[in-house]
Amino acid sequence: MEPILQVKNLNYIYSIGTPFEHQALKDVSFCVHRGEFIGIIGHTGSGKSTLMQQLNGLLKPTSGSVILDGQDIWSDKKLTRQARFRVGLVFQYPEYQLFEETVYKDIAFGPGNMELPKEEIDRRVREAADFVGLTEEQLLSSPFDLSGGQKRRVAIAGVIAMEPEVLILDEPTAGLDPAGRAEILGNIERYRRAKNATIMMVSHSMEDVAKLTDRLLVMGGSRLAMDGTPGEVFAQAERLVEMGLSIPKVTQVFLHLRKMGLPVENVYTIEQAVEALKALKGGSAHA
Amino acid sequence: MLKDITLGQYFPGHSPIHRLDPRTKLIGLTGYIVALFVAKSWISYAVMLLFLVTLIRVSSIPPKSIVKGMKPLVMILVFTGVLNLFFTGGETVLLRIWKLTITKEGLTRAIFMMGRILMLITGTFLMTFTTSPISLTDGLESLMGPLKKLHMPVHELSMMMCIALRFIPTLIEETDKIMSAQKARGADFETGSLIKRAKALVPILVPLFISAFRRADELATAMECRCYQGGEGRTKMKLLRYTRRDFGAFAVIAALVAVIGVLASFGL
Repeated sequence: MEPILQVKNLNYIYSIGTPFEHQALKDVSFCVHRGEFIGIIGHTGSGKSTLMQQLNGLLKPTSGSVILDGQDIWSDKKLTRQARFRVGLVFQYPEYQLFEETVYKDIAFGPGNMELPKEEIDRRVREAADFVGLTEEQLLSSPFDLSGGQKRRVAIAGVIAMEPEVLILDEPTAGLDPAGRAEILGNIERYRRAKNATIMMVSHSMEDVAKLTDRLLVMGGSRLAMDGTPGEVFAQAERLVEMGLSIPKVTQVFLHLRKMGLPVENVYTIEQAVEALKALKGGSAHA
Repeated sequence: MLKDITLGQYFPGHSPIHRLDPRTKLIGLTGYIVALFVAKSWISYAVMLLFLVTLIRVSSIPPKSIVKGMKPLVMILVFTGVLNLFFTGGETVLLRIWKLTITKEGLTRAIFMMGRILMLITGTFLMTFTTSPISLTDGLESLMGPLKKLHMPVHELSMMMCIALRFIPTLIEETDKIMSAQKARGADFETGSLIKRAKALVPILVPLFISAFRRADELATAMECRCYQGGEGRTKMKLLRYTRRDFGAFAVIAALVAVIGVLASFGL
């Protein structure tokens, strides 16, 4: 299958030719397929945010290319603009970008910029609001009267309403309570299923990425340090710790159990852990 | 793009000028400006220019940055030049175009006025480039100290200035972030008619104002939590102290003012 997004030998240098020159991306290459849920992890300053802004054409690569659906997004001005809509980007703390009088109008900002017919905009706004669980009543209220978690959902709906094929989110759950986090992660997963969209999510919660994603990109020192399933990545616990990252708590426990001589596999989620422990118990009972 | 603004920006460094007490620099600048306004002849202007160029060399500020900071002021310069060039009366007429005449006096005056403005701005830049905003407000507060006796809220004023300066880079960064976020939703700031472009600013300005108010609120709470209550009885971690270097600087400035004064009294 043709990959939806291809990144080839991407390099990016900030403030070229000044004393503040700094290379944020070094030779990054990877492919992304439709429907994948990808987690991006990395230490602060490892180039995650820069990478995200390359993918929808907000930043122009110093060298290398970003190929969306077979076409280089920088080969034509129209394609660059299209990339903004086809690759939706939700920044950190997106609620700080709300500006309209009503939630409805704010969500309609993106689709409005796409110059869609009015009925289509209306359909998309309602559908996006539904994805993130906003009620009809809330659509007509001011975004500034909502709670922090609700504002965040409005902001995410504002990007979902553009119906991007690739949805990129930078720490969508930062600063929310556990219930709010679970809800937003559920909304994102629902959007992926409904539209067969690709999700790329930056997160510092190893538990979240272990539970949700089927692939992890690990950024370290401006390079793509690892690329693989959560299983493959978390198996290299030592290397992750060296890069200032961690592994899920439950994986730590199981690594320790193994060191103590128990015959357990590596696990990454609570569900897997339950299964592994049941098997262990059952196994020993039979023996 | 927004980061190119250099007006009032501080260039960290260790030159002798950087290490002067901020009060010395403020008083020195005042002396320099007095000298600049007393100067009336080619000779005294040359002395001033020599002094300024030496200071720039000593401060190791790249001249490029000074020129860059000058850009927004080009209009004022041109305006001053043109006004003085055409509207100064004089006897020696150099050129006559329709009703406008250019006299020798007008030409000299235009050059002097533009030179004065240029040197005034460059001198001020030199101070803001070599003094961090914090130490500048510290210096101002200390110099205005005597006004406290007249119940002027000196400390409060300098605190406000300090906070305002502190938040400029933060707000610039914030603007950049909001712009990126709205661009990601397809906002377009570069094309379209003037009205369309002005309208396109709304999605930036509203969040920016809200964030500025939020930050102000948070800062006020944080200050109250640390029992901030103004200047009364407040001590400082970094006390300003004049050193030998400062007295040297005072001597240099005094000499400059004296030389220019003497020259002026001889009609030069």
